[in-house]
Amino acid sequence: MNIILNGEKTEVGETASIQTLIERLELTGRRIAVEVNEEIVPRSEHDSRQLAPGDQVEIVHAIGGG
Amino acid sequence: MAAILPPDPMIQTRDTMTNESPQDTPLTIDGTTYNSRLLVGTGKYASWEQARDAIEASGSQMVTMAVRRTNLGQNPDEPSLLDIVSPEKYTLLPNTAGCYSAKDAVRTCKLARELLDGHNLVKLEVLGDEKTLYPDVTETLKAAEQLIDDGFRVMVYTNDDPLIALKLERMGCIAVMPLGAPIGSGLGIQNRYNIRTIVENASVPILVDAGVGTASDASLAMELGCDGVLMNTAIAEAKDPVRMAGAMRKAIEAGRDAYIAGRMPKRAYASASSPLDGTFF
Repeated sequence: MNIILNGEKTEVGETASIQTLIERLELTGRRIAVEVNEEIVPRSEHDSRQLAPGDQVEIVHAIGGG
Repeated sequence: MAAILPPDPMIQTRDTMTNESPQDTPLTIDGTTYNSRLLVGTGKYASWEQARDAIEASGSQMVTMAVRRTNLGQNPDEPSLLDIVSPEKYTLLPNTAGCYSAKDAVRTCKLARELLDGHNLVKLEVLGDEKTLYPDVTETLKAAEQLIDDGFRVMVYTNDDPLIALKLERMGCIAVMPLGAPIGSGLGIQNRYNIRTIVENASVPILVDAGVGTASDASLAMELGCDGVLMNTAIAEAKDPVRMAGAMRKAIEAGRDAYIAGRMPKRAYASASSPLDGTFF
């Protein structure tokens, strides 16, 4: 299935949780936050939350800013 | 008798009948006390090392950060901002820079809270125009209301309108941060009378956010009675950011001390500093 990941159409396989997506992106252990369809998915739900086709996923981190 | 100029609304003079030295109290934001009244941004630095050294030299204890998409496929060993600016050492203040609507600003704050494990202190800024980066006040008010309802502790960037500053305070913002001049302009404090009025009206900390270009601008903000100053470009775009960070630290301290000490009145003519009695000529 395809999702929209950080604005880009992305193929993620038949089933995937947020956690498996994070692992595939080699972001495990990094300080990130995840939003699906404009709703926060708390870290505690990364394992249980399954992605659905067309989900809009944003993965963000902290950068320098004023 | 030397003529005393009419009172200048800019100047707070001390009551000369009391000789007690006024005491300063440290800046307190959201229950945390800060020895430094300088808040710095972490953007526009040439390298992480330069950012780290400049922040260190500034003496700041609260630093701002932005929230952006993770670069997917980036080098996993590359340090991130949170490795350089440790949340254990500094109070992190996530901003909503780049947001042009209340909706985007609220979304950004929620992501920041998740990113920082429930930390709910944010710097709200909702911009209205790319050329001036002036705040969109109506969207700012809307976002502030939603964020406060959702339990955020909101430090808010706004224009230098005393009525809006007071309105934001009454809504429950924990600090109000009027601009001195447009973001990144380095023009200094353009409307000092308004800043002074905002300070006089306020019972929450007032911090000048944006517009400071050099050390004297920071001192002026503090002499006007501001509780602190937030700056980024003035340090990051200096030829020597680390030295400028140190200059800003001293300027903030000097300006605050001058404010607390209470300046002399301005006079139209001279007033001799050496006694006139006992002259032998």
